[in-house]
Amino acid sequence: MEGYKGSEQGENYLMDVKKSQLISPPAPKQDALDELDSKVKKYLRGSGADLEGLKDKKLRGQLSVREDLYGKSAKAAAKAEKWLMPSEEGYLEAEGLEKTWRIKQESIVQEVDILSSRKAFDMILPDLGPYTLDYTSNGRYMAVAGRKGHLAIIDMHSMDLIKEMQVRETVRDVAFLHNELIFAAAQKKYPCIYNRDGVELHSLKEHGAALKLQFLRNHFLLASINKFGQLHYQDMTMGEMVANYRTGLGRCDVMQVNRWNAVVGLGHSCGKVTMWKPTSSAPLVKMLCHHGAVTALAFHPGGHLMATAGQERRIKLWDLRKFEVLHTYTGNAKSLEFSQKGLLAIGNGSSVQIWRDQSGDHNYSRYMSHSMVKGYQVQRVAFRAYEDVLSIGHSMGLSSILVPGSGEPNFDSWVANPFETARQRREKEVHSLLDKLPPETIMLDPTSIGNVRPEKKKERLTKMESEAEMQVAITAAKSAPTKKKTKGRNKPSKREKKKHEGIARVKRPFLEQHIKDEQQVKKKQRISDDLQLPKSLRKFVQKPE
Amino acid sequence: MKVKVISRSTEEFTRERSKDLQRVFRNFDPNLRTHEKATEYVRALNAAKLEKIFARPFMGAMEGHIDAVSCMAKNPNHLKGIFSGSMDGDIRLWDLATRRCVRQFPGHQGAVKGLTASTDGCILVSCGTDCSVRLWNVPVASMMGLDSSSNYSSEPLAVYVSKNAFWGVDHQWDGDHFATAGAQVDLWDYNRSEPIRSFEWGKDTVISVRFNPGEPNLLATTSRDRGIILYDLRLSSPVRKLIMQTKTNSIAWNPMEPMNFTAVSAIFYVLTRNISCFTARYSGCFDARKLDEAKCVHKDHVSAVMDIDYSPTGREFVTGSYDRTVRIFQYNGGHSREIYHTKRMQRVFCVKFSCDASYVISGSDDTNVRLWKANASEQLGVLLPRERRKHEYREAVKKRYKHLPDVKRIVRHRHLPKPIFKAAALRRIVLDAERKKEERRRAHSKPGSRPIIPNKWSRSVCASQRSVEAAGLGCLQNLMIFHSTPGLA
Repeated sequence: MEGYKGSEQGENYLMDVKKSQLISPPAPKQDALDELDSKVKKYLRGSGADLEGLKDKKLRGQLSVREDLYGKSAKAAAKAEKWLMPSEEGYLEAEGLEKTWRIKQESIVQEVDILSSRKAFDMILPDLGPYTLDYTSNGRYMAVAGRKGHLAIIDMHSMDLIKEMQVRETVRDVAFLHNELIFAAAQKKYPCIYNRDGVELHSLKEHGAALKLQFLRNHFLLASINKFGQLHYQDMTMGEMVANYRTGLGRCDVMQVNRWNAVVGLGHSCGKVTMWKPTSSAPLVKMLCHHGAVTALAFHPGGHLMATAGQERRIKLWDLRKFEVLHTYTGNAKSLEFSQKGLLAIGNGSSVQIWRDQSGDHNYSRYMSHSMVKGYQVQRVAFRAYEDVLSIGHSMGLSSILVPGSGEPNFDSWVANPFETARQRREKEVHSLLDKLPPETIMLDPTSIGNVRPEKKKERLTKMESEAEMQVAITAAKSAPTKKKTKGRNKPSKREKKKHEGIARVKRPFLEQHIKDEQQVKKKQRISDDLQLPKSLRKFVQKPE
Repeated sequence: MKVKVISRSTEEFTRERSKDLQRVFRNFDPNLRTHEKATEYVRALNAAKLEKIFARPFMGAMEGHIDAVSCMAKNPNHLKGIFSGSMDGDIRLWDLATRRCVRQFPGHQGAVKGLTASTDGCILVSCGTDCSVRLWNVPVASMMGLDSSSNYSSEPLAVYVSKNAFWGVDHQWDGDHFATAGAQVDLWDYNRSEPIRSFEWGKDTVISVRFNPGEPNLLATTSRDRGIILYDLRLSSPVRKLIMQTKTNSIAWNPMEPMNFTAVSAIFYVLTRNISCFTARYSGCFDARKLDEAKCVHKDHVSAVMDIDYSPTGREFVTGSYDRTVRIFQYNGGHSREIYHTKRMQRVFCVKFSCDASYVISGSDDTNVRLWKANASEQLGVLLPRERRKHEYREAVKKRYKHLPDVKRIVRHRHLPKPIFKAAALRRIVLDAERKKEERRRAHSKPGSRPIIPNKWSRSVCASQRSVEAAGLGCLQNLMIFHSTPGLA
């Protein structure tokens, strides 16, 4: 059926081409232009400055030149995107009555090429119990940590085991530092840093018994949350402890970094999510997200979307610009993770679901699902950067599944290169150290660095508006239902009185505001009267009380 | 079911042989680069710090004179040669590349006060307090090396003697004439022992003279009577005179905008307004409407400014001052971009920008000629394209974030010698007091009776125009004005 349709489309296509040549030759060109425009928008990084209101002609000239330059560079980048990017995004499309979430991994693995099919695997490690994992930023190396002390680094290109060791104590989390040479493991008493050869370089005793570790790549900070709800930030270049804050909300084992602004999000057992930066002892944001404990947390790579899961069977998506719920779904999650392209992986029990934003309005719906052998408990899910792969750490080892369309198809050699040589890695290490950001640059909106702080405008309603608002309030008070009182208390006069009282109560704040405004106007007038005097005489004017 | 996953074969993304270049892939997607602005800011900060670290402007001193260096001249035909004249009558030709003296021109009895080279660079003209003008043959470019000194005679081509001492000389940018300043302005030809023309406006000594780079017949002079006078050689008499509050020591035309010139001056009672360069607009010979208004007043020196020279690009100029510093200004900037000083450099009498705009040469009281970089942190030598791009990037980010306090503080900071730092602070106090006093006066007087005079107007006392026909009355009045205040001149 599909094949037939396809061939028909092919014929139609030829006809269409002829038609379009006859009727409207520039149509494909126009399409190309529109496509280019939409791409340019991505590279413009927001809208340009509003130059209309500027009075300073010189500044306006300079800024308009600058804006032109930005436009040109965005256009060049868009063109480069069209011609220079070698790879295309992955996809999974259902045909006919199929549903994408019913497609099994086995059938996907059969369809794809040999290289990709090798990326899906199950590694059974039954003894050293639930596994957690972390990827390097280029997605090439994976660090694996078993709860009972099993640490390993794996090269995911060649599937070589680089180092495997047993530390003989509880390991709760593992995190790569700036490259694959060093990683940190949160052990029983304190986190330790190991190099690739398994040599312990440092033990970070100040952190205490850390439950989660996160590394802020641009700032070279290792963030940890320990058993007592203390958040530590340590500089990994100089070894200096940058910050140590008590969250005051008890034990917390849900921590995730928002990669867009390097703010650390913590999910607490009281249902709150707090966001932290190293330069303030109070959280930047405290939001009550769930009625039960927060079990998992994830940030979209774009930085404006957060997913949280609560113990009360709710998964919520939050808009981080307004701090409002976008959507609420039913479901449990032990681990949440967004991919580079914005797919959401939800690990719970022995199954993993992958959701996708189909329509572009952040309304996520089911895309794929994968269930493992019953009894496996998912500990952590992690997407591999620049690949269509999701790795799952669970109670019986590790699994890796193919998730088409999850990874960014084109990498940038200067940002993260999966095919990095040792020399390139060294070069990159030096450059990233030169560009190391100070902890002060962590803030909720990192694009505001270098901007002018806008003057706060006082929001005051005009007279008309406030009067209209008052009228609305009065009518609402008038039509408010009155309670039925017992006999004797339900006299018409009393009811009328009650009503009037209600109206007066509603009116009061408006009238007070009105009086205040009038007073201010009078004060201003008095001051401006003074200003008309010569400067030398002004000091003799009596100050208003 | 249709399915595709990202699949990269190692061969496609790595080089084939070890001799090949590594493959580079670009993706300019902003989402891949987090913290773009913060990173740029940190880079700007680092660039500013690096600039400070590499700011080593002093290239070397050329010693050899046994008295203060009073004047210098560039050779327009030879990049690395510079002439200097000293107070004991010694004239030397220096090779800037090796920083050695190539040739001496002995002959002057008193101080050499003016030096200039002809347009083709073959003839050097010098004049001095021994009332003589001397013409010298300049060794050609190939003879800059030391080896060929034997076949050169140290005799001047010509010696022209006059009755009065000379204070300055300048050669036409295009032509055979040169002008000397002294008791009057004289115009000379190479082959005549007498000046072919003489100009006079007032009886005071003319101390410097400069030809206009655009119009070969136009020249500007400054004189002891605080005046700046413009002459047109095609007319029989001077064109315009401008009388300043202070004596003007030197003057320079902007080579790229020849209608503008910059004059440097000084008041001798110290600490009030020794600031002292100002650029005036002079447009056309007879339409000098804006001559009384300075385009820009450049303030920063704390003592009298002795000499000025424009960069050949016309975007910057260098000044040397009695406060023992050399400063570089933007052509339109109110404050200096750069200040150069060393412990051993005494009062600076003459400064020159090199003909490629990359060096600054100063001659000072301590008998040395000093060579400085025009951009303190510039990397000399041939730059690889990668290096150049890196420099450009650093400049760009620095420019983008220059308004942020940290970057601004580092970029603006200059270490000053203590006396200059103190003098500048004191000057600021004095100026503040003056401003405050003026404000109070204005507050206590009838509105409108004390108009606010912009700084750019207050420098000049009056400007007068003597038309070709009526040469008399206005000029006499002006003379009376400044003769009645002799204490200033």
